[in-house]
Amino acid sequence: MSKPAERWIGASVPRLEDLPLVTGRGRFAGDVDFPHQLHMRIVRSSLAHGRLISVDTAAARAMDGVVAVWTAADIADLPPIEFREGPIEKLAPYRQLVLAAERVRYVGDPVAAVFAEDPYIAEDAAECVVVEIEELEPVLDAAATPVEYRPGLDTESTICRQGYGDVDAIFADAATVVEIDVSIGRHSGVPLETRGAIGRYDAARDVLELHGAAKVPHRNRESLARMLGRSTAGVHLYEGHVGGGFGIRGEIYPEDVLVLVAAMRLGRPVKWLEDRREHMIAANQSRQQRHRIRAAVDGEGRVLAIDDDFFHDQGAYLRTHGSRVVDTTCGILPGPYRLPHYRVNGHVRMTNKTPCATYRSPGRFESNFARERLMDAVAERLGLSRVEVRRRNLIAPREMPFERPLVALGDDVVYDSGRYEALLDKALAHIGWDALERDVVSRRAAGEYFGLGLAIYVEKSGLGPTDGARVNIHTSGEIEVITGGASVGQGFETVIAQVCAEVLGSDYRQVRVIHGRTDRIEYGIGAHATRATVMTANAAAVAANKVRAKALDMAAQLLQADAADLDIADGRVVRKGEGEGASIGLGELAHHLRPTSPTRGDRDPGLTAEGWFNTSHMTYPYGVQIAVAAIDKDTGAVRIEKLLIAYDIGRAINPMLVEGQLVGGFAQGLGGSLLEEFRYDERGQPLSVTFADYLLPTAHDVPNVDVMLTEDAPSGVNPLGIKGAGEGGIAAAGAVIASAIDDALGSAGTITRLPITPQYLKATIDAARAAVRV
Amino acid sequence: MKPARFSYHLPATVDEAVALLAKLAPDDGRIIAGGQSLVPTMAFRMAQPPHLIDINGIAELNRIDVEGDIVRIGAGVRHAAFEAAGAVPGVTGVWLGQVVRHIAHYPIRTRGTFCGSVANADPASEWCCVVAALDGRVVAESASGTRRIAAADYFEGVMATSRRDDELVTAVELPLLPDGTRCGFAEFSRRPGDFAIAMAMTAYRLVDDLIVEARIAIGGAEPFPRRIAEAEAALNGQPPTAAVFAEVAAIAAAAVDPMEDSNNTADYRRSLVRAMTLRALEAAA
Ligand SMILES: Cc1cc2nc3c(=O)[nH]c(=O)nc-3n(C[C@H](O)[C@H](O)[C@H](O)COP(=O)(O)OP(=O)(O)OC[C@H]3O[C@@H](n4cnc5c(N)ncnc54)[C@H](O)[C@@H]3O)c2cc1C
Repeated sequence: MSKPAERWIGASVPRLEDLPLVTGRGRFAGDVDFPHQLHMRIVRSSLAHGRLISVDTAAARAMDGVVAVWTAADIADLPPIEFREGPIEKLAPYRQLVLAAERVRYVGDPVAAVFAEDPYIAEDAAECVVVEIEELEPVLDAAATPVEYRPGLDTESTICRQGYGDVDAIFADAATVVEIDVSIGRHSGVPLETRGAIGRYDAARDVLELHGAAKVPHRNRESLARMLGRSTAGVHLYEGHVGGGFGIRGEIYPEDVLVLVAAMRLGRPVKWLEDRREHMIAANQSRQQRHRIRAAVDGEGRVLAIDDDFFHDQGAYLRTHGSRVVDTTCGILPGPYRLPHYRVNGHVRMTNKTPCATYRSPGRFESNFARERLMDAVAERLGLSRVEVRRRNLIAPREMPFERPLVALGDDVVYDSGRYEALLDKALAHIGWDALERDVVSRRAAGEYFGLGLAIYVEKSGLGPTDGARVNIHTSGEIEVITGGASVGQGFETVIAQVCAEVLGSDYRQVRVIHGRTDRIEYGIGAHATRATVMTANAAAVAANKVRAKALDMAAQLLQADAADLDIADGRVVRKGEGEGASIGLGELAHHLRPTSPTRGDRDPGLTAEGWFNTSHMTYPYGVQIAVAAIDKDTGAVRIEKLLIAYDIGRAINPMLVEGQLVGGFAQGLGGSLLEEFRYDERGQPLSVTFADYLLPTAHDVPNVDVMLTEDAPSGVNPLGIKGAGEGGIAAAGAVIASAIDDALGSAGTITRLPITPQYLKATIDAARAAVRV
Repeated sequence: MKPARFSYHLPATVDEAVALLAKLAPDDGRIIAGGQSLVPTMAFRMAQPPHLIDINGIAELNRIDVEGDIVRIGAGVRHAAFEAAGAVPGVTGVWLGQVVRHIAHYPIRTRGTFCGSVANADPASEWCCVVAALDGRVVAESASGTRRIAAADYFEGVMATSRRDDELVTAVELPLLPDGTRCGFAEFSRRPGDFAIAMAMTAYRLVDDLIVEARIAIGGAEPFPRRIAEAEAALNGQPPTAAVFAEVAAIAAAAVDPMEDSNNTADYRRSLVRAMTLRALEAAA
């Protein structure tokens, strides 16, 4: 499969990382073992809210094979888990302790840790720890009036306020005001690999190691070093294979801190693997918001202002992200619309449920749902089509780059490029919207509940500020790229290899990509916020270009040619335009550049270079999703008959992987729209603790997703022109499914809440029919 | 999710198994068959049996036998066995072949057993509904002898039956339906493979274009599956028309007393009983 040098970018080549995965030779957290390791089991609160009276560990400690049992008192020297982006004084009191002391605030709150010779004994012993809790009234509704969280602080930890323009004046004079009250259910990324952490202290090197890291190993290294009072030089994190990241994996949780502290204090490696039930109560949940949102609209359907007051159910603590999901919701909510005036108040409300943080497309799944529900409501009120009302509000290409005085993920919001209406037109044509509208008329006339839905959205990607990579060509000719990036299974290695191969005129299979290792490269920001490809690929291109220049310079000397007349093809430096003739391989050039080489001259040793890519702004891909849905009127079951994702990616490095990201993301979004929900009873007991109660979509439930990729608006903020794909499939899934089902019901505005259950639809249909009969 | 400690016993014969059960049942010793219900509950430690008696080593249980118009399904027979054409003869076999595909997913069906489902008596077990619909008999053996328990006397509540803890279900016996019987099945679950929220099984024959020998059993909606006499009576003697089916479905829905839980209201279950009964009748037509 040898290709001409320029062809790797844009080629749907197979993934490099698959061989070990499909042959069962991957290394996930569960596969990591060290001699003499102990196993940790966490004892968790069984009540949602209460005063912790006592934790009696005597019986557990007395058991054979139990090495230690810790409560909060044993680790009183540890600070609460910190925010990744640095201290935020106002929010600090809402952070989670590694083990709860005095109060428990959700079912699952860790109160003790058992360390034992094997995981069975650890679990037996955990059952013998007697926890006495005086139950307190749980807070379960984030929209209710705040109450006390701790003395002097209430359950509204903060309000994120953003906006611009004169919203009050616009609403006062508006021709039409449309208001809705919509909610997103609590759900989250539920990777099939549960979390795992293995702590090991290597006294020989005085290094504390955390295995099972993911997503942000370098950032977590800094936080952990600070929490444990160690130098970062003596802390290393190792990422293995990751069986699903989705934002929730790879954050610092209490268990990560515990295995490290225990490895130091007990002098043995400590392994912890989360079980599924734990995962469903302990790992970050997400999404739960209620928006009271209204639009001021002029006579032509132009949305002049949006005013949104929303309540974010944060759960028991603020974890590593602080209030980021709410900030992002505020910053991204206006989406692709011009929207001259905007005001939003995001209430971050503490409740007695599992803490929430980011899940794939945080803040956008929610805000796209709220905003697009609002746009449908505007269309309905004005008697305009849903397409037309959107068309009248889209930002035009001539307005790009489009600056919005808002902030998302700490960045000023500046849409770098976009041709929104062109994508809308392409999507409508691709799926045959007009014909579908005729189908709706005829199938409804035949008694079916059948409808179309539409959502337009702007995604964000490529969060900076920087990323680096080092490219090193070995004397074998193999190219090693050492990155501070991380892989959560998205194809990171493949795309980075493609970019390097393209620059270096080599085969992408000659490129080995290192990631997630703090001991190989000093800095890295990892894989989150759809940043890895944009940032690391651009950094790798910078480094590879430097290596290329060095290779050509060395080759020029050896081939007695001018470097400008040379090119690299198939891993060999050749004279431009010459098929035959003298050539020299990259490996040979590396050999000439080794430290002891007499031909090296005064060049620095090694065919290697480091490159950095810095950016001050994110890049904004965008999409249109269209769904066709039918409801079974006897059962309320929904069938998505067609689903289109039209997405402008700027420039696709590997279209197959982009499609994979979009389709996989949509499948998850469908889960949150129709199936998945973490529910709690009136005492705050979690009801969705197994896969029998928390329904993930399966192959049966996910429709064929048609993906239409366009490259009409390359990014202007990075040299490769690329935008991210990781979250584009899920971002508008709730919005588009709700729109289609609403349409199928034939009574606009009925769908105000996700997930949409068959029971709800059945009751809605029956009520509507009864009303007709009356 | 590590089970609590237990001892494991592997008898080679039914006699050995019932002897072990006589000794260990008072101490919460349990049979393990396919393990597809028991193992998850042990992993959650909701069940902590100190002894497991594994019946997978008892070769004599791995059989489906037909004697006259009775099929006898041994306790070793897996769900997946019913997917093969001809595993059970006649219309009954075809029917079971349709029903089995609604039980869980294929890997689970290759381990889980027919008799294990009947012993477990989940309200939404398809096989339990079959036993109710066909008036099957549960063969329960213990050290003190063998009982044949009729379906009507067997099911008592949610996962509760008249089987004693020291009894091994060695087989379930089902009467085979006469040729020409029209059989239908329909169920509703949130996702294919999940336990159903409601299911209906219907069977009848036509004599002179009128329905006779109607059987309508409902599962999933009530604590245990049962035949709905009112609906059967309404079906017998009628022609198989859409109007009749709709009326019978409404009668079945009115006759059940549906369970309510955090996922499903009684009203919703009732409406599903109606929809599934109608679909099963239509499928049988
Ligand atoms: C994901 C999933 C989905 C499922 N979906 C469905 C579904 O849609 N429909 C459905 O019907 N089932 C479903 N099941 C359950 C499955 O069918 C089980 O196989 C069945 O319920 C039990 O059979 P088993 O042989 O696995 O029994 P086991 O799990 O071994 O035992 C279950 C119980 O029955 C007792 N027992 C078993 N055999 C005997 C015997 N011969 N005599 C006395 N006691 C005995 C055991 O002691 C235990 O208490 C599902 C299971 C899973 C894991």
